[in-house]
Amino acid sequence: MSLETMLIVAAALFAIGLYGTLARSNLIAVLMSIELMFNAVNLTVVAFSRYVAPLALREEIGSVLTGQVFAIFIITVAAAEIALGLGIVFAMYRNSETVNLTEANQLRH
Amino acid sequence: MLSFQDAVFWVLAVATISAALGVTLIKDLFRSALLLAVVFIAGAGFFALLSAPFLAVVQVLIYVGAISILFIFAVMFNQNVRESNLPNRMQILAVLVSALLLVALVAVAVGADWRLIPEEERSKVELAQTRSVSIVAEETLAAEGFNSAESRENAQQSGLADLLISDFVVPFEAVSLLLLAALIGGLALARSRGG
Repeated sequence: MSLETMLIVAAALFAIGLYGTLARSNLIAVLMSIELMFNAVNLTVVAFSRYVAPLALREEIGSVLTGQVFAIFIITVAAAEIALGLGIVFAMYRNSETVNLTEANQLRH
Repeated sequence: MLSFQDAVFWVLAVATISAALGVTLIKDLFRSALLLAVVFIAGAGFFALLSAPFLAVVQVLIYVGAISILFIFAVMFNQNVRESNLPNRMQILAVLVSALLLVALVAVAVGADWRLIPEEERSKVELAQTRSVSIVAEETLAAEGFNSAESRENAQQSGLADLLISDFVVPFEAVSLLLLAALIGGLALARSRGG
Protein backbone atom coordinates (compact mmCIF):
# COMPACT_ATOMS: atom_id res chain seq x y z
CA MET A 1 0.00 0.00 0.00
CA SER A 2 1.47 3.31 -1.09
CA LEU A 3 0.24 6.70 -2.24
CA GLU A 4 0.40 5.64 -5.89
CA THR A 5 -1.63 2.43 -5.51
CA MET A 6 -4.21 4.25 -3.41
CA LEU A 7 -4.49 7.00 -6.05
CA ILE A 8 -4.84 4.41 -8.82
CA VAL A 9 -7.67 2.61 -6.99
CA ALA A 10 -9.45 5.94 -6.45
CA ALA A 11 -8.89 6.90 -10.10
CA ALA A 12 -10.40 3.60 -11.25
CA LEU A 13 -13.41 4.17 -8.99
CA PHE A 14 -13.82 7.69 -10.39
CA ALA A 15 -13.58 6.47 -13.99
CA ILE A 16 -16.19 3.77 -13.34
CA GLY A 17 -18.45 6.40 -11.79
CA LEU A 18 -17.98 8.70 -14.77
CA TYR A 19 -18.81 5.87 -17.17
CA GLY A 20 -21.96 5.08 -15.18
CA THR A 21 -23.00 8.73 -15.16
CA LEU A 22 -22.59 9.09 -18.90
CA ALA A 23 -23.84 5.74 -20.12
CA ARG A 24 -26.85 4.76 -17.99
CA SER A 25 -30.40 5.74 -18.84
CA ASN A 26 -31.93 5.39 -15.36
CA LEU A 27 -31.89 8.48 -13.15
CA ILE A 28 -31.28 6.46 -9.96
CA ALA A 29 -28.36 4.61 -11.56
CA VAL A 30 -26.85 7.97 -12.56
CA LEU A 31 -27.17 9.22 -8.97
CA MET A 32 -25.46 6.03 -7.74
CA SER A 33 -22.58 6.62 -10.15
CA ILE A 34 -22.24 10.19 -8.87
CA GLU A 35 -21.93 8.76 -5.35
CA LEU A 36 -19.14 6.48 -6.63
CA MET A 37 -17.29 9.57 -7.87
CA PHE A 38 -17.78 11.36 -4.52
CA ASN A 39 -16.30 8.33 -2.78
CA ALA A 40 -13.31 8.26 -5.11
CA VAL A 41 -12.58 11.93 -4.39
CA ASN A 42 -12.85 11.31 -0.64
CA LEU A 43 -10.37 8.44 -0.89
CA THR A 44 -7.95 10.64 -2.86
CA VAL A 45 -8.14 13.51 -0.37
CA VAL A 46 -7.59 11.27 2.65
CA ALA A 47 -4.75 9.41 0.89
CA PHE A 48 -3.02 12.75 0.25
CA SER A 49 -3.44 13.78 3.87
CA ARG A 50 -1.95 10.43 4.95
CA TYR A 51 1.11 10.44 2.67
CA VAL A 52 1.96 13.94 1.44
CA ALA A 53 3.69 16.43 3.73
CA PRO A 54 1.92 19.79 4.08
CA LEU A 55 4.17 22.84 3.98
CA ALA A 56 3.11 23.77 7.52
CA LEU A 57 4.08 20.35 8.94
CA ARG A 58 6.97 21.72 11.02
CA GLU A 59 5.05 24.56 12.67
CA GLU A 60 1.65 23.02 13.17
CA ILE A 61 0.98 19.31 13.51
CA GLY A 62 -2.77 19.91 13.03
CA SER A 63 -2.17 20.64 9.34
CA VAL A 64 -1.98 16.87 8.69
CA LEU A 65 -5.73 16.74 9.35
CA THR A 66 -6.69 19.18 6.58
CA GLY A 67 -7.49 16.37 4.14
CA GLN A 68 -9.82 14.73 6.64
CA VAL A 69 -11.65 18.03 7.19
CA PHE A 70 -12.07 18.32 3.41
CA ALA A 71 -13.48 14.79 3.33
CA ILE A 72 -16.00 15.70 6.05
CA PHE A 73 -17.20 18.65 3.97
CA ILE A 74 -17.45 16.47 0.85
CA ILE A 75 -19.51 13.89 2.76
CA THR A 76 -21.87 16.64 3.97
CA VAL A 77 -22.29 18.09 0.50
CA ALA A 78 -22.86 14.60 -0.92
CA ALA A 79 -25.60 13.97 1.64
CA ALA A 80 -27.33 17.25 0.71
CA GLU A 81 -26.92 16.44 -2.98
CA ILE A 82 -28.45 13.00 -2.64
CA ALA A 83 -31.43 14.32 -0.66
CA LEU A 84 -32.17 16.82 -3.44
CA GLY A 85 -31.42 14.28 -6.18
CA LEU A 86 -33.91 11.81 -4.79
CA GLY A 87 -36.41 14.65 -4.38
CA ILE A 88 -36.00 15.31 -8.11
CA VAL A 89 -36.47 11.59 -8.82
CA PHE A 90 -39.71 11.73 -6.84
CA ALA A 91 -40.93 14.85 -8.67
CA MET A 92 -40.03 13.36 -12.06
CA TYR A 93 -41.85 10.12 -11.25
CA ARG A 94 -44.94 12.07 -10.19
CA ASN A 95 -44.95 14.12 -13.38
CA SER A 96 -44.17 11.49 -15.99
CA GLU A 97 -44.52 8.06 -14.28
CA THR A 98 -40.97 7.13 -15.23
CA VAL A 99 -37.41 7.64 -14.01
CA ASN A 100 -35.89 6.92 -17.40
CA LEU A 101 -33.69 9.78 -18.56
CA THR A 102 -34.19 9.05 -22.28
CA GLU A 103 -37.91 9.73 -21.77
CA ALA A 104 -37.35 13.02 -19.96
CA ASN A 105 -38.00 15.16 -23.04
CA GLN A 106 -41.10 17.17 -22.15
CA LEU A 107 -39.30 20.42 -22.91
CA ARG A 108 -38.71 19.29 -26.49
CA HIS A 109 -42.38 18.91 -27.41
CA MET B 1 5.92 -11.32 1.91
CA LEU B 2 2.81 -9.22 2.16
CA SER B 3 2.26 -7.30 5.35
CA PHE B 4 -1.17 -7.43 6.99
CA GLN B 5 -1.97 -3.89 5.84
CA ASP B 6 -1.05 -4.69 2.24
CA ALA B 7 -3.21 -7.81 2.27
CA VAL B 8 -6.21 -5.86 3.61
CA PHE B 9 -5.55 -3.11 1.05
CA TRP B 10 -5.59 -5.48 -1.91
CA VAL B 11 -8.71 -7.28 -0.69
CA LEU B 12 -10.47 -3.91 -0.30
CA ALA B 13 -9.20 -2.69 -3.68
CA VAL B 14 -10.52 -5.77 -5.52
CA ALA B 15 -13.83 -5.58 -3.62
CA THR B 16 -14.25 -1.87 -4.38
CA ILE B 17 -13.47 -2.06 -8.08
CA SER B 18 -15.54 -5.17 -8.76
CA ALA B 19 -18.51 -3.88 -6.74
CA ALA B 20 -18.30 -0.52 -8.53
CA LEU B 21 -18.28 -2.29 -11.89
CA GLY B 22 -21.32 -4.23 -10.70
CA VAL B 23 -23.11 -1.00 -9.74
CA THR B 24 -22.77 0.37 -13.26
CA LEU B 25 -23.09 -2.83 -15.32
CA ILE B 26 -25.73 -5.01 -13.62
CA LYS B 27 -29.22 -4.57 -15.07
CA ASP B 28 -31.05 -5.25 -11.79
CA LEU B 29 -31.13 -1.88 -10.03
CA PHE B 30 -31.81 -3.42 -6.61
CA ARG B 31 -28.57 -5.41 -6.81
CA SER B 32 -26.79 -2.25 -7.92
CA ALA B 33 -28.00 -0.54 -4.75
CA LEU B 34 -26.73 -3.42 -2.58
CA LEU B 35 -23.35 -3.40 -4.38
CA LEU B 36 -23.18 0.36 -3.79
CA ALA B 37 -23.39 -0.40 -0.06
CA VAL B 38 -20.44 -2.80 -0.54
CA VAL B 39 -18.43 0.02 -2.17
CA PHE B 40 -19.25 2.30 0.78
CA ILE B 41 -18.21 -0.33 3.36
CA ALA B 42 -14.93 -0.93 1.50
CA GLY B 43 -14.43 2.85 1.50
CA ALA B 44 -14.78 2.83 5.29
CA GLY B 45 -12.11 0.11 5.37
CA PHE B 46 -9.82 2.30 3.26
CA PHE B 47 -10.35 5.21 5.66
CA ALA B 48 -9.43 2.99 8.60
CA LEU B 49 -6.26 1.90 6.74
CA LEU B 50 -5.40 5.53 5.96
CA SER B 51 -5.43 6.39 9.70
CA ALA B 52 -8.74 8.26 9.56
CA PRO B 53 -10.91 6.32 12.05
CA PHE B 54 -13.41 9.14 12.49
CA LEU B 55 -14.08 9.23 8.74
CA ALA B 56 -14.49 5.45 8.72
CA VAL B 57 -17.24 5.71 11.34
CA VAL B 58 -18.87 8.67 9.56
CA GLN B 59 -18.75 6.75 6.28
CA VAL B 60 -20.59 3.80 7.83
CA LEU B 61 -23.15 6.05 9.54
CA ILE B 62 -23.94 8.38 6.64
CA TYR B 63 -23.22 6.40 3.50
CA VAL B 64 -24.06 2.84 4.54
CA GLY B 65 -26.70 3.82 7.07
CA ALA B 66 -28.52 6.64 5.30
CA ILE B 67 -27.64 7.03 1.62
CA SER B 68 -27.83 3.31 0.73
CA ILE B 69 -31.23 3.06 2.42
CA LEU B 70 -32.47 6.13 0.49
CA PHE B 71 -31.33 4.48 -2.75
CA ILE B 72 -33.09 1.23 -1.88
CA PHE B 73 -36.29 3.25 -1.30
CA ALA B 74 -35.78 5.06 -4.61
CA VAL B 75 -35.43 1.75 -6.48
CA MET B 76 -39.17 1.27 -5.85
CA PHE B 77 -39.90 4.00 -8.43
CA ASN B 78 -39.11 1.53 -11.18
CA GLN B 79 -41.85 -0.56 -12.70
CA ASN B 80 -39.55 -3.38 -13.76
CA VAL B 81 -36.64 -3.50 -11.32
CA ARG B 82 -34.89 -6.50 -12.90
CA GLU B 83 -34.43 -4.74 -16.25
CA SER B 84 -34.28 -1.16 -15.01
CA ASN B 85 -30.59 -0.24 -15.23
CA LEU B 86 -30.32 -0.11 -19.01
CA PRO B 87 -27.50 1.53 -21.00
CA ASN B 88 -28.24 4.48 -23.25
CA ARG B 89 -26.90 5.18 -26.76
CA MET B 90 -23.62 6.81 -25.70
CA GLN B 91 -21.72 3.61 -24.81
CA ILE B 92 -18.65 4.12 -27.00
CA LEU B 93 -18.29 7.79 -26.14
CA ALA B 94 -18.68 7.10 -22.41
CA VAL B 95 -16.10 4.29 -22.43
CA LEU B 96 -13.72 6.49 -24.41
CA VAL B 97 -14.05 9.49 -22.10
CA SER B 98 -13.70 7.52 -18.87
CA ALA B 99 -10.77 5.46 -20.24
CA LEU B 100 -8.98 8.68 -21.25
CA LEU B 101 -9.61 10.15 -17.80
CA LEU B 102 -8.33 6.98 -16.12
CA VAL B 103 -5.15 7.00 -18.20
CA ALA B 104 -4.54 10.67 -17.42
CA LEU B 105 -5.13 10.22 -13.67
CA VAL B 106 -2.89 7.15 -13.47
CA ALA B 107 -0.16 8.91 -15.45
CA VAL B 108 -0.25 11.82 -12.98
CA ALA B 109 -0.36 9.52 -9.94
CA VAL B 110 2.66 7.52 -11.11
CA GLY B 111 4.62 10.30 -12.78
CA ALA B 112 4.36 13.15 -10.30
CA ASP B 113 7.11 13.80 -7.76
CA TRP B 114 5.10 13.68 -4.51
CA ARG B 115 6.55 15.42 -1.49
CA LEU B 116 6.01 12.53 0.93
CA ILE B 117 6.05 12.88 4.70
CA PRO B 118 9.60 12.01 5.86
CA GLU B 119 9.95 8.66 7.65
CA GLU B 120 11.09 10.18 10.95
CA GLU B 121 7.89 12.23 11.14
CA ARG B 122 5.73 9.27 10.17
CA SER B 123 4.69 7.98 13.61
CA LYS B 124 4.12 11.52 14.90
CA VAL B 125 1.82 12.34 11.99
CA GLU B 126 0.00 9.04 12.37
CA LEU B 127 -0.61 9.74 16.03
CA ALA B 128 -1.98 13.21 15.25
CA GLN B 129 -4.29 11.74 12.58
CA THR B 130 -5.64 8.72 14.44
CA ARG B 131 -6.09 10.53 17.75
CA SER B 132 -8.18 13.19 16.02
CA VAL B 133 -11.18 12.34 18.19
CA SER B 134 -9.52 11.25 21.41
CA ILE B 135 -7.27 12.72 24.06
CA VAL B 136 -3.78 11.24 24.23
CA ALA B 137 -1.72 10.90 27.39
CA GLU B 138 1.15 13.37 27.80
CA GLU B 139 3.68 10.50 28.03
CA THR B 140 2.55 9.03 24.70
CA LEU B 141 2.98 12.41 23.03
CA ALA B 142 6.42 12.86 24.58
CA ALA B 143 7.46 9.40 23.40
CA GLU B 144 6.37 10.26 19.85
CA GLY B 145 8.63 13.31 19.58
CA PHE B 146 6.47 16.14 20.90
CA ASN B 147 9.29 17.32 23.13
CA SER B 148 8.34 20.74 24.46
CA ALA B 149 5.27 21.35 26.61
CA GLU B 150 4.15 23.90 24.03
CA SER B 151 4.16 21.41 21.15
CA ARG B 152 2.23 18.89 23.26
CA GLU B 153 -0.37 21.56 24.01
CA ASN B 154 -0.51 22.40 20.31
CA ALA B 155 -1.03 18.74 19.39
CA GLN B 156 -3.82 18.31 21.92
CA GLN B 157 -5.67 21.27 20.42
CA SER B 158 -5.46 20.21 16.79
CA GLY B 159 -8.17 17.57 16.59
CA LEU B 160 -10.83 17.60 13.88
CA ALA B 161 -13.35 19.38 16.08
CA ASP B 162 -10.88 22.15 16.92
CA LEU B 163 -10.02 22.61 13.24
CA LEU B 164 -13.71 22.79 12.30
CA ILE B 165 -14.39 25.66 14.68
CA SER B 166 -11.12 27.53 14.13
CA ASP B 167 -9.44 27.37 10.71
CA PHE B 168 -12.47 26.04 8.83
CA VAL B 169 -15.24 27.95 10.59
CA VAL B 170 -16.42 29.81 7.46
CA PRO B 171 -16.92 26.67 5.31
CA PHE B 172 -18.44 25.01 8.37
CA GLU B 173 -21.11 27.71 8.61
CA ALA B 174 -21.57 27.69 4.84
CA VAL B 175 -22.21 23.95 4.96
CA SER B 176 -24.80 24.40 7.69
CA LEU B 177 -26.58 26.93 5.45
CA LEU B 178 -26.32 24.46 2.55
CA LEU B 179 -27.93 21.73 4.67
CA LEU B 180 -30.77 24.07 5.60
CA ALA B 181 -31.27 24.98 1.94
CA ALA B 182 -31.20 21.29 0.97
CA LEU B 183 -33.78 20.52 3.67
CA ILE B 184 -36.16 23.20 2.38
CA GLY B 185 -35.47 22.28 -1.24
CA GLY B 186 -36.11 18.60 -0.57
CA LEU B 187 -39.42 19.42 1.12
CA ALA B 188 -40.45 21.73 -1.73
CA LEU B 189 -39.61 19.10 -4.36
CA ALA B 190 -41.29 16.19 -2.61
CA ARG B 191 -44.40 18.08 -1.47
CA SER B 192 -47.59 17.06 -3.21
CA ARG B 193 -49.16 19.83 -5.26
CA GLY B 194 -52.34 20.14 -3.22
CA GLY B 195 -50.79 20.85 0.15
